[in-house]
Amino acid sequence: MIGRGLLWFSVVVILLFLFVPVAIILLYAFSDSNIQGWPIGVYSVKWFIATWHDGEVRAALWLSIEVAVVATIIATVFGTLAALAVQRMRGYGNEIVSFAAVLPIALPGILTGMALNSYFVLWGIGLSFWTIVIGHATFCTVIVYNNVVARLRRLPPSWVEASMDLGAGPWRSFRLVTLPMIASALGAGALLAFALSFDEVIVTTFTAGAQTTLPLWIFGAIRLGQHLPEVNCVVFAVIALTIVPVLIAQRLMGSAATLHK
Amino acid sequence: MTTLAATLWRHPRLRIASLLALPAIWFVAFYLLALAAMFVSSLHTVDDLSGQILPGWTLANFRILASDWTYGRIALRTVGIALAVTITDGLLAWPFAYVMARHASPRLRAMLMALVMLPLWSSYLARVYAWRLILAHDGVLNWALHGLGLPTASIGYSNWAMWIVFTYLWLPFMILPLFAALERIPTTLLEASSDLGAAGGRTFRRVIVPLALPGLAAGAIFTFSLTLGDYVTPLLVGGPSSDFIGNVVYSNVGVSNNVPFAAAFAVLPLLVMAGYLLIARRLGAFDAL
Repeated sequence: MIGRGLLWFSVVVILLFLFVPVAIILLYAFSDSNIQGWPIGVYSVKWFIATWHDGEVRAALWLSIEVAVVATIIATVFGTLAALAVQRMRGYGNEIVSFAAVLPIALPGILTGMALNSYFVLWGIGLSFWTIVIGHATFCTVIVYNNVVARLRRLPPSWVEASMDLGAGPWRSFRLVTLPMIASALGAGALLAFALSFDEVIVTTFTAGAQTTLPLWIFGAIRLGQHLPEVNCVVFAVIALTIVPVLIAQRLMGSAATLHK
Repeated sequence: MTTLAATLWRHPRLRIASLLALPAIWFVAFYLLALAAMFVSSLHTVDDLSGQILPGWTLANFRILASDWTYGRIALRTVGIALAVTITDGLLAWPFAYVMARHASPRLRAMLMALVMLPLWSSYLARVYAWRLILAHDGVLNWALHGLGLPTASIGYSNWAMWIVFTYLWLPFMILPLFAALERIPTTLLEASSDLGAAGGRTFRRVIVPLALPGLAAGAIFTFSLTLGDYVTPLLVGGPSSDFIGNVVYSNVGVSNNVPFAAAFAVLPLLVMAGYLLIARRLGAFDAL
C-alpha cells in the first residue's frame, strides 16, 4: 500500500521538475555576464535594453506575430467550419473527419515539415511568408477544431431547434444561439493556436526561406553560440508573451466548465 | 442569402458539404497531397554535380538507407529513446494524475491542471535551452552537486541529457489524458471491487489500470510522436553521437540540399507512427484524446 504522503510528495517533486528549469531560464535574463555560468554573479537589466534595440530581434518578433495572426485567423475559420460539420455527421463520415483532424498533431512535426518542403520543391514554389503560414495554419486549425468540437458536443441541439421553431433562420440561429455558446471555446482555441504558431520551430525550418521568425532566430543563436545574453532576454519575453494568451484561454475554458452546472 | 440558407437547411448533406468544403480542400491540398509529394520525392534522386533533382523512379535512396548501418543506428536510437521517454513519462504521470483525480479538492485540482498546462504551452525552445544551461559543465546541476559535496556529473551533451529533456518536455502530454481517464472511473466501481474482497493493490491492478489504459495510450501517442520527430533537442542538448532521424532529414534539406534523400528517410517515422497509431487505437486511445 502506497502511503498518501508519498503520493503528495511525488506531486511536489514533479511540480519542481516542471517549473525549476523555467525559473532558472527566467533568472538568466537578468545576468550581467557574457558567460552563461551558474551562480549568476551580478544582476542587471542591461541586456534587456540591448535586446530591445537589436533590429534583427525586432524584425523576427514582428514576423512571428504576423505569421501567428494570419495562421490563427485561417485556423479559426476552418476549425469552426469543420467542427460545425462534424457535429452533424454520423457513422463513417464522422470517424474519417475525426481521424483526419488528429493526424497533424499526432504525426511528428518533421513529417509535416518535410512533406510540405518536398511539395513546394516539386511544384517549384519558392519558400516565403505564405509557405510558413500554410505550415502553421494546418496544425492551428486542429487546435481550434478540438476546442470547438468539445464545446458543441455539450450543447443540447434543442436550443437551435427552439430558435428555428421561433422563426429564426439557420444563419440567425447560428449568430444568436450557437455562436455565443461556442464563443469562449473559439476564443480559447484561437489564443492557443496563436501561442503554438508563435513558438513553432520544427515545421518552420522546412517552410521558411530567407525569413527568420523569432524561434528560428533563437535556435540559430543558441546553435552558433552568439548573442547568448540576448537569447536569455528574448526567451524571457517569449515565455511572458505565450503565458498571457494561455492563461486567458484557461480562464475562458474554466468559465465554460461552470456554465453547465 | 435567405433562400440559400433555407435550401441548405432542408438538405442536411448539402449543408455538411458546404461547411466542410473549405477545411477539407485545405487539408487535402496542404497536408495529404504534401505527404504524397514526400513519397514521390523520395523516389527521385539528385544530380551530384548540378544539385538538380532528377525526376524518375528509383529506390536508390532507400537502398542507401538500408545498406549503410549508420542510418540503421540512427533509426534505432530515435525509436529507442522515444520508447524510453514514453515509458518514463507513463510512470511519472501516475502519481500526479492519480492525486489530481482522487485526492485533490476541486479547487486544487483546477490549480494543478493549470500548472500542468502552463509549461505545455510555454516556449519549447526556452525549455530546451534551460536544460542546456542546467546540464552544462558550469551549470546549475554541477553547482548543486558541488555544494552537496558530490562529484560533478557530465551528462550534458549526451543521450542521457536527451532522455531527461524529452521526458521533461512531454510529461504534461501524458498527465492530462491519464488524469481524464482516471477521473472518469466511478468510485462505486472501486467500492464494489473492495467489497468483493480485492485489497488496494489488487483493485489498482485489476480495475484502475485497465480503465486508465486508453488515457495512457493517448498520452503515449504524443510523447512518442513528439520525440520521434524532433531534431532540435538532439542538436541543443545531445552529443556528437546523438543524431536522430530528424537531424539527418534536417541537414539533407538545409545543408546538402538533397530533398529526395531527406524525404526517403522521413518515410520511416511515418511507417513507425502508422503502426503505433494502430496499436494505440486498439487500446482505445482515440476515444480518450
